[in-house]
Amino acid sequence: MSPGPAPIVLDGVHVRREGRHVLRGVSLRLTERRVAVIGANGSGKSTLARLLNGLVLPTSGRVHVDGLDTRRHGARVRRRVGFVFTDPDAQIVMPTVAEDVAYSLRRRGLSRDEVDERVARELERHGLAGHADHPAHLLSGGQKQLLALSSVLVTEPALVVADEPTTLLDLRHTRTVARRLATLDQQVVLVTHDLDLVADYDRVLVVDEGRVVVDDGPERAVAAYRELMA
Amino acid sequence: MTALHRLGAGPKLAGLAVASVALLAVDSPQGVAVAVAVVLALHGAARLGPRAVWSHVRPLRWFLPCLLAVQWWLVGPSDAVVLCARLAALVALAGLVTATTSTTAILDALRRGLRPLDRWVDAERAALVLTLALRSVPVLGDLVERVRDAQRARGRERDLRAAAVPLVVGTLRRADALGEALRARGADD
Repeated sequence: MSPGPAPIVLDGVHVRREGRHVLRGVSLRLTERRVAVIGANGSGKSTLARLLNGLVLPTSGRVHVDGLDTRRHGARVRRRVGFVFTDPDAQIVMPTVAEDVAYSLRRRGLSRDEVDERVARELERHGLAGHADHPAHLLSGGQKQLLALSSVLVTEPALVVADEPTTLLDLRHTRTVARRLATLDQQVVLVTHDLDLVADYDRVLVVDEGRVVVDDGPERAVAAYRELMA
Repeated sequence: MTALHRLGAGPKLAGLAVASVALLAVDSPQGVAVAVAVVLALHGAARLGPRAVWSHVRPLRWFLPCLLAVQWWLVGPSDAVVLCARLAALVALAGLVTATTSTTAILDALRRGLRPLDRWVDAERAALVLTLALRSVPVLGDLVERVRDAQRARGRERDLRAAAVPLVVGTLRRADALGEALRARGADD
């Protein structure tokens, strides 16, 4: 499977969008298997997540994933990085469940049988096997997020970035998604508002007004975040 | 899975195209009766009952009576019935093709069909656009419902602008998010 954590390196990253400073000088080296990012709305944490697969490019500074510059090798970076969005409806592009997972595997030189087999395995793993041929819009919100996760994981990315993947979910599906992320072999960067989820993470970053203001273990980082928001 | 389900998307789409053109040439009541019977028989062969037939022609339920009335007045009853029956048969046939073919198969067929036009059309892109249109129908349906509920909750259900603005904004947002998701999944790479 994955070759262990892909080092993520941010070097003096500034991001300015529409005249607003979204990130103001972030330098990080992320090698831990489980990294969480917490922070207020509008603090810049979603932008930080989007830097990691080149969806957002730094206005100045550099981002490297696995030694690849996201500016020069965006396509290769995106092949290594799976991205889970908050709203699965935005992420699901195919009308039916199995087709959406298969969409992730197109142009990868796999035979039809291989694609079918990998799709079936991934759906099975997320309890969606019985829904393979159902229209995606008939799934519940939680199931849709599991489908989005399946579509990301089926490509076996080296790094999984999730931007508030549980914000729209009920408690049960939040736990299912969190557990799935926790059991992955891959490196995970999780952006979240759910402070319970980060307890087992190796490293927690607190982002505030475009800067990383705390970089610590979960207990101390969460305590510092609570303090900051008080 | 019937033989119709197993038949490739290419032959089915080609058959649909041929049938549409052929139906144009049918202008006698007998001919149309045969066409309607064939379409119904094909539904039977795909093990689809009357309910499926109705779901295929349902979108025409307001349009067809209007058309029938106007044609009746302009060209007389016989021609009006022939014309409307032709339309209904054709729509039912198209519905049958979609009901027995997966979207992926239709898209693959489309991609193959567009390949000779490679120089002018990006087949991959064209197929993707069609898929996204299909996928967006239920998603936008949800959005309409949510906006309507929100307006109702505020007692503004008759204010067209109050409904249109969030709908347009929501649709554009959705488009942005979809674009981002496509890029994340490598659509552009």
